[in-house]
Amino acid sequence: MSVTLAGILQLSLLIAVLAAVHRPFGDYMARVYSSDEHLRGERVLYKLIGADPNAEQRWTVYLRSVLGFSMFSLLGLYALQRFQDHLPFDLGMKPITPDQAFNTAASFTANTNWQSYSGETAMGHTVQMVGLTVQNFVSAAVGMAVAIALVRGFVRVRSGEIGNFWVDLIRGSIRILLPIAIIGTIVLVASGTIQNLSDPHTVQTLSGGTQTIPGGPVASQEVIKELGTNGGGFFNANSAHPFENPNAFTNLFEIFLILVIPFSMPRAFGRLVGNLKQGYAILAAMFVIWFAAVCLMWWTEAHGNGAGPELAGGAMEGKEQRFGIPGSSVFAVSTTMTSTGAVNSFHSSFTGLGGGITMLGMMLGEITPGGVGSGLYGILIMAILAVFVAGLMVGRTPEYLGKKIGAGEMKLVAMYILVVPATILTFTGIAIALPGEQAAILNSDSPHGISEVLYAFTSGANNNGSAFAGLGANTEFYNTMIGLAMLIGRFVPIALVLALAGRLAEQKSVPDTAGTLQTHKPLFVGQLVGVILIITGLTFFPALALGPLAEGLA
Amino acid sequence: MTDTAIRPTDEHVDTPTGSGRVSAGLFEPRQLLKSLPGALRKLDPRIMVHTPVMFVVEIGSVITTVMAIKDPSTFAWLVAVWLWLTVVFANLAEAVAEGRGKAQADTLRKAKTDTVARRLVDGREERVAATELAIGDLVVCEAGDVIPGDGDVVDGVASVDESAITGESAPVIRESGGDRSAVTGGTKVLSDRIVVKITTEPGKTFIDRMIALVEGAARQKTPNEIALDILLASLTIIFLFAVVTLQPMAMYAHAEQSMIILVALLVCLIPTTIGALLSAIGIAGMDRLVQRNVLAMSGRAVEAAGDVSTLLLDKTGTITLGNRQASEFVPVDGVEEAELADAAQLSSLADETPEGRSIVVLAKERYGLRERHQGELAHAEWIAFTAQTRMSGVDLSDERGVRMVRKGAASAINAWVSERGGNVPARSGELVDAISAAGGTPLLVAVEDTEGARILGVIHLKDVVKEGMRERFDELRRMGIRTVMITGDNPLTAKAIADEAGVDDFLAEATPEDKLALIKREQAGGKLVAMTGDGTNDAPALAQADVGVAMNTGTSAAKEAGNMVDLDSNPTKLIEIVGIGKQLLITRGALTTFSIANDVAKYFAIIPAMFASIKGAEALGPLDKLNIMQLATPESAIISAVVFNALIIVALIPLALRGVRYRPMSADKLLARNLRIYGLGGLIAPFVGIKIIDLLVSLIPGIG
Repeated sequence: MSVTLAGILQLSLLIAVLAAVHRPFGDYMARVYSSDEHLRGERVLYKLIGADPNAEQRWTVYLRSVLGFSMFSLLGLYALQRFQDHLPFDLGMKPITPDQAFNTAASFTANTNWQSYSGETAMGHTVQMVGLTVQNFVSAAVGMAVAIALVRGFVRVRSGEIGNFWVDLIRGSIRILLPIAIIGTIVLVASGTIQNLSDPHTVQTLSGGTQTIPGGPVASQEVIKELGTNGGGFFNANSAHPFENPNAFTNLFEIFLILVIPFSMPRAFGRLVGNLKQGYAILAAMFVIWFAAVCLMWWTEAHGNGAGPELAGGAMEGKEQRFGIPGSSVFAVSTTMTSTGAVNSFHSSFTGLGGGITMLGMMLGEITPGGVGSGLYGILIMAILAVFVAGLMVGRTPEYLGKKIGAGEMKLVAMYILVVPATILTFTGIAIALPGEQAAILNSDSPHGISEVLYAFTSGANNNGSAFAGLGANTEFYNTMIGLAMLIGRFVPIALVLALAGRLAEQKSVPDTAGTLQTHKPLFVGQLVGVILIITGLTFFPALALGPLAEGLA
Repeated sequence: MTDTAIRPTDEHVDTPTGSGRVSAGLFEPRQLLKSLPGALRKLDPRIMVHTPVMFVVEIGSVITTVMAIKDPSTFAWLVAVWLWLTVVFANLAEAVAEGRGKAQADTLRKAKTDTVARRLVDGREERVAATELAIGDLVVCEAGDVIPGDGDVVDGVASVDESAITGESAPVIRESGGDRSAVTGGTKVLSDRIVVKITTEPGKTFIDRMIALVEGAARQKTPNEIALDILLASLTIIFLFAVVTLQPMAMYAHAEQSMIILVALLVCLIPTTIGALLSAIGIAGMDRLVQRNVLAMSGRAVEAAGDVSTLLLDKTGTITLGNRQASEFVPVDGVEEAELADAAQLSSLADETPEGRSIVVLAKERYGLRERHQGELAHAEWIAFTAQTRMSGVDLSDERGVRMVRKGAASAINAWVSERGGNVPARSGELVDAISAAGGTPLLVAVEDTEGARILGVIHLKDVVKEGMRERFDELRRMGIRTVMITGDNPLTAKAIADEAGVDDFLAEATPEDKLALIKREQAGGKLVAMTGDGTNDAPALAQADVGVAMNTGTSAAKEAGNMVDLDSNPTKLIEIVGIGKQLLITRGALTTFSIANDVAKYFAIIPAMFASIKGAEALGPLDKLNIMQLATPESAIISAVVFNALIIVALIPLALRGVRYRPMSADKLLARNLRIYGLGGLIAPFVGIKIIDLLVSLIPGIG
């Protein structure tokens, strides 16, 4: 079977399975967040943290809960790293330096999983399991909770209450993430991913040297890394490492895990707002952009310039032979268009345009389909923006799902679309202008060097976490700046989204008439796609021109 | 509607024009020139700061001018000049929009200057300036006097010339008490004497507010305009970030950019087109209402009109012609239709009410009976219609005796026939009941001659729905607007008319309280409601409605309560007002879409020009492939983009003032159409425009 045919079959299988799963799974998620029942285990947890699971929160309280919880996570994670030499299963690892510990703590709390360390040589098992893996669950659950809170804002009429954060957090973790993680781990272990608590093995190589082969609870972390769109690998090589991602099947399964929640969220959204078609419209916009990017990536990687790619039948540098160009392209697009950031190939080695696609994927705001939860709330913000302009063109002041988009709502939306691009551009500008920090750039003095820095901040501020490679990011400057970018890129938008949810929930609902903009029709989907592409494109075109475009057009 | 008798305009002004398209306002290129001084005055930064997008352009213009002075070149000066022109063009748009109201304001001012009031103090008259009047003062106005301020007539009746406000030359009657008591300052008493109680402080009168409105002085940004401003400001900030942070990256790539080029890039990216035209669109929207003799007290009301989903329409005058009309003659058994028609006509010749006239007309049209005049019949004694007798008729005497013909309300005629010993046949009772049941009004025709007194038959009077109303309501339904007919008729009658007119719902035997309750009920469901009204008892409902259009003939309480006043007092105009509201919003949306879509082409002009041919930055050379328009040189590319950016504003001023074409249709079709024209058009137009400008600009020495 040719590589291309295999790729087409794999891609078709992936889409077919996602299409089959998103309905029941989306419905299930909708039920999880709207049910009145509490599981016994959940009641214990509520008692433990002293939360009343039946109390509704206004957006200010909800936000305080999110921030309080995240602050607790941030400090806890920082402490675990700083004192890891006192912890069991430390594998003899040294304490992490303050700047890197801050960076890592921010990274995992913000669902980013940017790693300026190499997992196998820096973190002991306790930090990995108690710190990082736990955050992989709860930071994902936080994103889903915020998305659901926004959806409640659309649904509720004259209430101002948007749910209970603690309930959303715990249900998301226990009822959604945990069961899939357990099943997923079994599947991965059965397919060859390792899972143990052993110390590193030292083996004799064929050439007579020795090699240290680390082990660890890899499969369990691998599943939640993909499922929660976290992306932080157990090993530095991430999903390119054969212990994490041993074969074509696990590769496809991991891509499925990355996409399954983000692509199912629109169904849950449609269910919760009582109009499945609205969910399909959002899903369609997500899918169109994702699918187009996959095709484009595949094409550009298969037609790489230069002698190497021509001999190899495509740009194979930095890609694993066992995944090939299709398996790597689908993974690269999926990981950057969600907030995952796991990699099974090296984005820096992609063609200039291919590297540009990975960056663009993140710059879109990670909404196609986006991170767990964050993808849905991000694209709903863009939908509001699209509605604002399109709504005027049907001769009414804009409304979405029965809620008016007035000045107050637009202020929050405007700030949302402003904050991440402004962070990326400003931080990139500063980093590149400081002569002292230019040393970190491997391919200095070239468009590729600009891409390295631009990618790092794009990845950080969008909470993706993948790295372009080539940038020596473990410096005090980059650890601090990227750490800040991640926190800003995560929590400022969340605050704005929750404020918006509160405002929407207070409104009354405008009934649907023939004069109302139909937001479930293909025409609106087209407009939504257009708005997403044009707003992002206009913001980042100059920067992209100097980096990947200049390189890719060569 | 209670007061339309004196106005002959009602019947024809409001006949639907068929297409339903909101027609365009006037625009003449000459206005551009006339408004230029005003546009230049607006360059004052203290004024500019209110339009953030254009304020950024102005700052950019200053910077480029300084750079051009420091380091002169054709390129630098061209960019500087065109940036200034961009700002001037934007101001021009606003100035033109405002200028259109100025002429009208001047006419109004003439009406109010130097009015002397004759104030009544303890029964004595004293002459004071109109500006010194206070609320509660009584003033006397006699024929020839200009009414010194807004108020209510408390004594007397007079005919008043209100042409200063309405442009309508036919005088109107104003009298104390009832719904015709309101007078407006600046209008002129033509006959008789009235005493007016002043209800408004000088300086805040209707005419003062009108002047402020048409001049745009009192204009405040509307909620949707503010929301759009926020979006535009945030886009401006994003692009500011994009341009400012570009420089360090460019320096790293050895492609440092001059300040002039960065400013040019920024100005081309920020949404200048819509930023420049936004306030002109708003002013022009109000102006379109003024041209239709509607005064909106706030821009918010105009916006709300676009959102209206329920229209409350008064039956009489809006849906039906003002009065009931004869539609058929139904004879009782043994009587020929022609005989009945003849008797009906004869008995109505002395009836000058519209109903009476309609009988004569029907007899002529349907039965070919020539209208006879009262003088041409000899020995005729005419009995005119009175409210007491509820009958009209004629007594004709010839050699055979006296023939008496009567027509009137059923009970009155029945009594008349019985008195004269005649029989009231059962059949006539059945006919009367049937007509009543169908929502009509039955009139009986009877005669007494040598054969005795007897009933000939029944005249069926009914409400006549105006032509084209059904189509209009269908149209409104397609736009998602529900129409509710308001009438004092009984439910049976109301239903018959509602069915015939094709309204969605009706409110029968409506009291002002019912109206208010209906509005509140609709609003509770999230709907926006529009209505018209004129009486004092309409005031609460007018105030509650999201769009309340008060008739100018109405009381001052009604005018105070509504947020619009229709100077023509034509309730059908409500439908047009909704159209204008929608058109205003569509224009905003269309130009915003156009403005943003334009940016794509500008990038393809400027980015390759900035980077593709810099010595020492050969790595960026491949960006030349983005120069898909094949623009001549980097300088001409940048200038072409800047020039296009400025000229498109001027090119779109007429559209901003007229509003985009709008026909009532479903939201889907509207969106598809506008996206095609302004979205797709906005993507393509600048590619063509910039290329053409480049062909011209590249001829300039030093640029091409």
